[in-house]
Amino acid sequence: MATAAKTLGILPRPTAATGFWSWVATVDHKRIGILYGVTAFFFFLVGGIEAWLMRLQLARPGLELVTAKTFNALFTMHATTMIFLGVMPLLAAFMNYLLPLLIGARDVAFPRLNAFSYWIYLFGGIFINVGWLMGTAAGHVPDSGWFGYANLTSVEFSGGLGPDFWTLGLLLLGIGTLVSGFNFIVTILNMRAPGMSLMKMPIFVWTILVTSAIIIFAFPSVTVALIMLMFDRAFAANFFEVAAGGSVVFYQHLFWTFGHPEVYILILPAMGIVSEVLPVHARKMLFGYSVMVFSTALIGFMGFTVWSHHMFTVGMGPVVNSIFSLTTMAIAVPTGVKIFNWLSTMWGGQIRFTTAMLFAIGFIACFTIGGLSGFMHASAPSDAQQHDTYFVVAHIHYVLIGGSIFAIFSGIYHWFPKVFGRLLDERLGQWNFWLVFAGFHTFAFPFHFLGLLGMPRRIYTYAPGLGWEFWNLLSTIGVFVLAAGILVFIANVVVTMRKPMDAPADPWDGRTLEWTLPSPPPVYNFAVVPRVHLRDAFWFHKHPEGKEQALEYGEPHPGPIHLPGQSLMPVLLALGPTVAATGVLFVRMRESFAVPVIVAGFVIALLALWGWAFEGEGGTLIEPGEGS
Amino acid sequence: MRTRLGGAVRAALLPLVGALLAGCSTLPQTPLDPKGPVAQTQTGLLLYTLYVAVGIGVGVTAALLYVVFRFRARPGQVGVPLQIRGNHTLEIIWTIIPILILISVAFPTVEAAISTSAPPSGALTVRATGYRWWFAFEYPELGIVTANELRIPAGRPVRLEITSNDVIHSFWVPKLAGKTDMIPGRINVTWMQADEPDVYLGQCAEFCGDSHANMRFRVVAMSQADFDAWVTHRQAMKQGPGQLAEAAAAGKALFESPAPGGNCLSCHTVDGTPAQGKVGPNLTDVGQRSTIAAGILENDYESLKAWVKNPTDFKPGTTMPSHARLSEKDLDAIVQYLQSLK
Ligand code: HEM
Ligand SMILES: [Cu+2]
Repeated sequence: MATAAKTLGILPRPTAATGFWSWVATVDHKRIGILYGVTAFFFFLVGGIEAWLMRLQLARPGLELVTAKTFNALFTMHATTMIFLGVMPLLAAFMNYLLPLLIGARDVAFPRLNAFSYWIYLFGGIFINVGWLMGTAAGHVPDSGWFGYANLTSVEFSGGLGPDFWTLGLLLLGIGTLVSGFNFIVTILNMRAPGMSLMKMPIFVWTILVTSAIIIFAFPSVTVALIMLMFDRAFAANFFEVAAGGSVVFYQHLFWTFGHPEVYILILPAMGIVSEVLPVHARKMLFGYSVMVFSTALIGFMGFTVWSHHMFTVGMGPVVNSIFSLTTMAIAVPTGVKIFNWLSTMWGGQIRFTTAMLFAIGFIACFTIGGLSGFMHASAPSDAQQHDTYFVVAHIHYVLIGGSIFAIFSGIYHWFPKVFGRLLDERLGQWNFWLVFAGFHTFAFPFHFLGLLGMPRRIYTYAPGLGWEFWNLLSTIGVFVLAAGILVFIANVVVTMRKPMDAPADPWDGRTLEWTLPSPPPVYNFAVVPRVHLRDAFWFHKHPEGKEQALEYGEPHPGPIHLPGQSLMPVLLALGPTVAATGVLFVRMRESFAVPVIVAGFVIALLALWGWAFEGEGGTLIEPGEGS
Repeated sequence: MRTRLGGAVRAALLPLVGALLAGCSTLPQTPLDPKGPVAQTQTGLLLYTLYVAVGIGVGVTAALLYVVFRFRARPGQVGVPLQIRGNHTLEIIWTIIPILILISVAFPTVEAAISTSAPPSGALTVRATGYRWWFAFEYPELGIVTANELRIPAGRPVRLEITSNDVIHSFWVPKLAGKTDMIPGRINVTWMQADEPDVYLGQCAEFCGDSHANMRFRVVAMSQADFDAWVTHRQAMKQGPGQLAEAAAAGKALFESPAPGGNCLSCHTVDGTPAQGKVGPNLTDVGQRSTIAAGILENDYESLKAWVKNPTDFKPGTTMPSHARLSEKDLDAIVQYLQSLK
C-alpha cells in the first residue's frame, strides 16, 4: 500500500503497517493518542482499585483490612497514579489525537518526539509501580504522600526505596511531559490550516496552548525539587537536612510552585473539551469565545501566583497569608466567567441529552461545587480549619473527578466515533453517566461533612464517637456505585468494538475540522487542507446563514502525501533515562554495579540520539484515498 | 470580623449546620463549635464563606437546571438556533458581581489573619514539640514538661511556640484554633484560648508517616485556681515519686534497670529519678493523664499493660520497642509504678 521512501541514512527504518511493531515504532499522532488513552485508562483503573481499598478500610472505625503502612502507600500511589498516570495522560490522549485534526494539520510538529513522550511516560509509570512487587512492609512502595514533603522523604524517616521509586519515576514522567508541552506549542503556532488565525482556533486548542505553557514554566520547579531530593537520598546531600542547615519549607515552595499550576494542567484541557462538546450538542456557538480565551490565559497565569495557599499553616505570617488569600480569590473571577459563559452557550439552544452532553452538564454542576469549596479555602484564617481535612479531599475530588474525569468521559463519548469509527451505545452510556454521577456524589459529598466534623485526611483509621461513622460508610457505598458506572463504560467499549465500523463522518453535526474527515480519519488526515475563514467554519459551511465562504477547499495536493517514517529511536531514547534511573536506585541499595548501570543508561540514550539524527530519512508517500 | 459579620452569621446558622451535620451537639472535634476567640474568628470566616458558597451554588445549579430543561431539543424542531457570539454587558456584569463578593470576603480575611497571628500580652507560654507520633509540652516559665495532654488555664490566652523534633507535624485543636505546622528547625508562634474549662480533642494534621492517624492529644482547660494547684503539685513532683507501694517500687526498679530488664529509662524521663531519657514522652505525671499513647488508648490498667507489652499493636512504626519478654509479674509491677505517677 504505502511506498517506502529511499533509505538515505545509516539505519533502515521499520515500516510495518499493522501488528505489534507498527505500534512500537509509530510516530502517527493518532496512534500515539490511542496508546496514551489505553495506557492511561489502565492506570486510572489501578488508581481506582487503590481508592476502593482505602474506602473499604475507612468504612468503619478501627478496621484492620490493610496495615497503616499499606494504607499510606495506597493513598500516596492513588494520588500519584491518578494525577500523573491517569488524568494527565488521558488528557494528553485527547491532545495528541485531536490537536492536528482540530487545526487542520497532518501531524504534530515533532512526531518522533511525540512518540518519545509516550514511551517515557509508560516507562516512568511502570517504574513508580515496581515497588508493589516488593511489598509494602519494607517501605518500597512510595508512602510519603504524593507531595513527598522533605524531610519525611529523607533516608532517616523513609528508609525503604519508596521515595526513590517516586522521585525517579516522576523525573522520568516530567521529561515526557515537558517535551509534549514544547511539541504542542510549536504545532499550534506553526501548523494551523491557512486562514486559521489564533482567534479562530477551536477553544480546546487554546486550552492546549495555555496548558503547554503552564507545563513549561511549572515543571522545571518540581524537577529541581526532585533532583535535590534524589541527591539527598542517593548521595547524602544536605539540601533538606535540617541538622545540616537545610530547609524543609524550601521544598514545599518548590513543590507547590509546580503543584498549583499542575491542577490547571489537569483542569484547563478538561474545560476545553467541555467547551467543544457543549456547543455541538446544544447546537449553539460557544458564547463569548474571546472572553473564554482570555479567561483561560488569565487562569494559566494566575495559577503561578497562588502556590503559597497550600502553605497557609507553615507560619509565613499574616501579611504573606493575606496576599496569597487575595490572589487565590481572584482566580474565582475568570473561573466564574467561564461557568456563566457555558450556561449562556446552552441558553436558547436545542440541547440533545446524549451521553457526551450529560457528562458535560455534569461537569458544570460538579466543577461549580468544587470551585466554590476552593474559594472557601482561599481565606487563610478559615483555611487553618479546613487545611488537611476531608474538606480539602472533597474539593480535590469535585474538581478532579467532577471536573477532569467528567470532561474526559464527555470527550470520549463525543470523539469515540471519530477515533474508532463506531458510536458508543447510548443506552449503556446513560447508565454509565447516571451511575457515575450518583456514585460520585454519594462518595464525595460526605467528605464536606467529614471535614467540617474535624476528620483529618491521610489517616488509616479513626476512633468511633466523633460523628464520622455514618458519612464514611455512606462514602464507601458510593464508591461501589461509581465503580459500577465505570464497569458499564468498559462493557460499552467492549460491546461497541465488536460492532462494524459504520460511524458517519459527522454524527453530531460537529463544528470543527475533524468532523470533515471520514471516521476514522486516514493516516494523512487531510487529503486537502482546507482554508478557514471563520471560527466554527465547518458548521457555517453546513448551515450557511449568509456565511457561505466559511470553508474553502483548494486543489488537491499534486502527488502523493509525504508522512514521517516510523522509528524505533523514540523507544530507545526513552529507555536510556529509565536505565539510568534504575542505576540511581542501585546506588541507594549500595549495589556495586550501580555506576555502570547509570553509565549504560547514558550510553543507550546517546546511541539513540545518534541513531535519531542519522537513521534513514524515512518517510512514507501515500496517495490520498489509499491506506488508513 | 470575628465580632460583627462572622458573629452574626454564625449565630444565625451554626445551629442549622450543626443539626444538618449530626443532629447532636456533642461532637468533640468539629471546628464548627468554637470554644475560644481564635477558633471563633476562623469559624466565623469559614461559615461566612460557606454561606456565600452555598448561595452561589444553589443559584448556579438552579440556573443550570432551568437552562437544560427549558432549552432541550424537542421533536419536530426545525432549523438551527440563533448563533450568538456573546454579550458584553452580561459578561461585564458577571465579572463585577463576583469581584464585589470577593471584596466582601477579602477585608475580614485580612483582619482575621492579623488578629489570629500574634498572641495578646499576658499569655501563658507553652512550647509544643511534635515527635513521631506524640506531642511534648513544655512550660518554660513554670519549669514543667508533660506530654500528650496539655493543661491550660481557661479564659487566659496561651502563647504557643511550636516546633518539631523530627518530621513536619501540625498542631490542631479544632475547637480552640486552626492548624499551625510543627516544623523541624523552626519555631512557629501562635496562640489559642479556651473560654471554658473542658477537655478539647486535638490531632496531628500533617501526614508524618506510619502512625499519623494515631497522633492525637487532648487539651484540658481548667479554672485558673485548679490550674495553679496543678502547677504547684506538678512542680513538687520534680522531687521524684516519693514513698511507693511494694509493687510500684518493684516496677520502678524494673523501669530503671537497663536491658534485659525494662530499660525504660533509656527513652523516658521521670523527674527526680535516674530515668532521664529524651526519646519518648516524659512520664513524670503519666498517672494523671486521661489517655496514653498520644490519645489513642484510655489510661487504664489493661491498656497500659497491653501497650507496654506490645506498642506496635496500637501504633504501627512506633520507636518504642516491644516488652513481651517481661513476665506478667514484671509488667504488672511496671504498670503499678506508672499508675502511681500522679
Ligand atoms: C475512582 C474514584 C476515586 C476514589 C474512590 C478516590 C478516593 C480517594 C480517597 C479515599 C483518598 C484518600 C483521602 C485521604 O486519606 O487523604 C483520595 C485521595 C486523593 N485522591 Fe482520590 N479518589 C478517586 C479518584 C481520584 C481522581 C480521579 C483523582 C485525580 C485526578 C484523585 C486525586 C486524589 C488526590 C490528589 C488525593 C490526595 C492524596 C493525598 O492525600 O496525598 N482521586 N482519593
Ligand atoms: Cu504528626
